[in-house]
Amino acid sequence: MAEILVLVDHVDGNPRKPTLELLTLARRLGEPSAVFLGAGGDTTIETLGRYGAQKVYVVDAPSVDEYLVTPAVDALTQIAASAEPAAILLPSSLDGKETAARVALRLGSGLITDAVDVTARDGGPVTEQSVFAATYQVTAHVTQGVPVITVKPNATAPEPAPATPAVEKVDVTFGPVSAAAKVVDRTPRTRSDRPELTEADIVVSGGRGVNGDFSVVERVADALGAAVGASRAAVDAGWYPHSHQVGQTGTQVSPQLYLAAGISGAIQHRAGMQTSKTIVAVNKDEDAPIFELADYGVVGDLFQVLPQLVDEIDRRRV
Amino acid sequence: MKIVVCVKHVPDATADRTFTEDGTTDRDSVDSLLSELDEYAVEQALRIGESGPDDAEITYLTVGPDDAKDALRKALAMGGDSALHIDDEDIRGSDAFGTSLVLAKAIERHGFDLVVCGMASTDGGMGVLPAMLAERLGVPAVTHLDEVTVAEGSVSGRREGETASVRVHSALPAVVSVTDRCGDARYPSFKGIMAAKKKPLESLDLSGLGIEPEQVGRSAARSAVDRAVKRPPRTQGEIVADEGAGGSGLAVFLTAKKFI
Ligand SMILES: Cc1cc2nc3c(=O)[nH]c(=O)nc-3n(C[C@H](O)[C@H](O)[C@H](O)COP(=O)(O)OP(=O)(O)OC[C@H]3O[C@@H](n4cnc5c(N)ncnc54)[C@H](O)[C@@H]3O)c2cc1C
Ligand SMILES: Nc1ncnc2c1ncn2[C@@H]1O[C@H](COP(=O)(O)O)[C@@H](O)[C@H]1O
Repeated sequence: MAEILVLVDHVDGNPRKPTLELLTLARRLGEPSAVFLGAGGDTTIETLGRYGAQKVYVVDAPSVDEYLVTPAVDALTQIAASAEPAAILLPSSLDGKETAARVALRLGSGLITDAVDVTARDGGPVTEQSVFAATYQVTAHVTQGVPVITVKPNATAPEPAPATPAVEKVDVTFGPVSAAAKVVDRTPRTRSDRPELTEADIVVSGGRGVNGDFSVVERVADALGAAVGASRAAVDAGWYPHSHQVGQTGTQVSPQLYLAAGISGAIQHRAGMQTSKTIVAVNKDEDAPIFELADYGVVGDLFQVLPQLVDEIDRRRV
Repeated sequence: MKIVVCVKHVPDATADRTFTEDGTTDRDSVDSLLSELDEYAVEQALRIGESGPDDAEITYLTVGPDDAKDALRKALAMGGDSALHIDDEDIRGSDAFGTSLVLAKAIERHGFDLVVCGMASTDGGMGVLPAMLAERLGVPAVTHLDEVTVAEGSVSGRREGETASVRVHSALPAVVSVTDRCGDARYPSFKGIMAAKKKPLESLDLSGLGIEPEQVGRSAARSAVDRAVKRPPRTQGEIVADEGAGGSGLAVFLTAKKFI
């Protein structure tokens, strides 16, 4: 069976959840081979194997951390040239998408970005995408070269399929442009104890209506074991970090439950949340567009409704 | 210093956007405008021009049908010097590979020290064009910048990634893309709008760029849409007014749905 290259997204050697999802998807198309860039940790190979990687290509070169994107492009193109994979899957992150674009150009391949599902068909992979603020679902396939596909988080649930991967160290010859866009300084994001926005089953978001005080939103999130999201208005006001912004220019989420508090429901916000399974809104304006999408809505003051909700959750849980 | 700003004319995101029969974006049924995310690129280019080198010369570039000129006029009304419009029937239906080829040829022909793009177009929204441009031009790309500074032949900025915030630096020539967080775009003044009418706007077709028709357009596209299905619009559920028990009512709903 043909190899399917999967670019590993990791923090200090720990593969992030979307990588495990990619390995799971790759098994539908062929034999997953993980491409790992950087210095691995003790359990890196084992983790990749647990989710079905038959092979792990390791490129341990300082360049991959010192320069933006292009070292990964050199590495993937070089590995693809010898492995002749049937497809290349990457995470739909900033780096993932740009790496994919350049790899596709170099290989003469077609590219599909932001897939929310990938399945196998006779001629190769078929993808599903959500477009136009998630109002359309598009089915597409690559018609030229080795398909290069970036996949959004949560496209599938990671399923273990234990394997003992063959490890192959690769010496990559980096091109001149690879030493051009230099990473001068890197500040890792501080992790909270809450689930990550893209990975959470439940997201509780606050908007301008929160009026500067996100603690009321955080309390609901914690009662439900949810991630915290925010509208751009709330982020722009400096009430919550940008990494929590939901929408067109923030993160696109698709959880089981999305609770919007004090958010009007502008098209750019909807673009990031309207594929959620269940949507609940609390807003004091009964004409707020967010109610058009809501499976359940409360017209009221969030400072009354949310604390009562938390009390009620606590009461129901004892 | 030559700055080229890539701007796209896109269907209004607040209107109902659709597809045509052949699976390409329908550009006729809704009004189009300068992509809001490219206004940030225009703004940053203008600021770079204002802050630094007095020989800065700003040119806007678009690939699109005839009315894409509107996007160029809007940008020129904000500031800058000239515009370049690439239009050819054969470009219709191009994917990012085709579009990036046309943009790259036009940029090479014009000459550049810095190319400024938006973070993504608000219609296609792949966010890959700046990287493809850099690849084709053989120059570095510093993308998704929340802050950008150009000084002494180099560009630097801050990029918020998923797991870290990084400071990046590159020598020019380079391609950059900027986010909607790098500073609000200015509104064109009346004077600006009048001045824009007199600024040079050149139109070129494929032959002017030495591109063969087979290299672009739908036939050169490297992926194909099997189908585009409109999602059933979400239906509104129960909306209740809070009369003192709104939070409890919500808890009942969430319990029924097994979230509690
Ligand atoms: C290019 C572009 C990209 C954008 N990208 C994004 C994006 O990624 N994400 C995003 O969110 N936005 C984005 N926006 C902005 C978007 O257009 C809206 O401006 C933004 O979503 C509004 O945020 P909001 O709903 O919190 O604020 P508002 O629209 O001001 O709504 C606040 C709501 O809170 C309600 N409210 C006030 N007080 C209370 C109370 N005490 N109790 C209950 N309800 C209350 C009000 O009735 C109102 O409906 C983008 C815009 C552009 C142009
Ligand atoms: N047809 C076009 N003409 C000019 N610039 C474009 C065009 N398409 C995309 N761009 C530029 O590339 C950026 C990213 O676009 P995209 O990869 O389509 O999301 C945009 O913000 C523009 O700066």
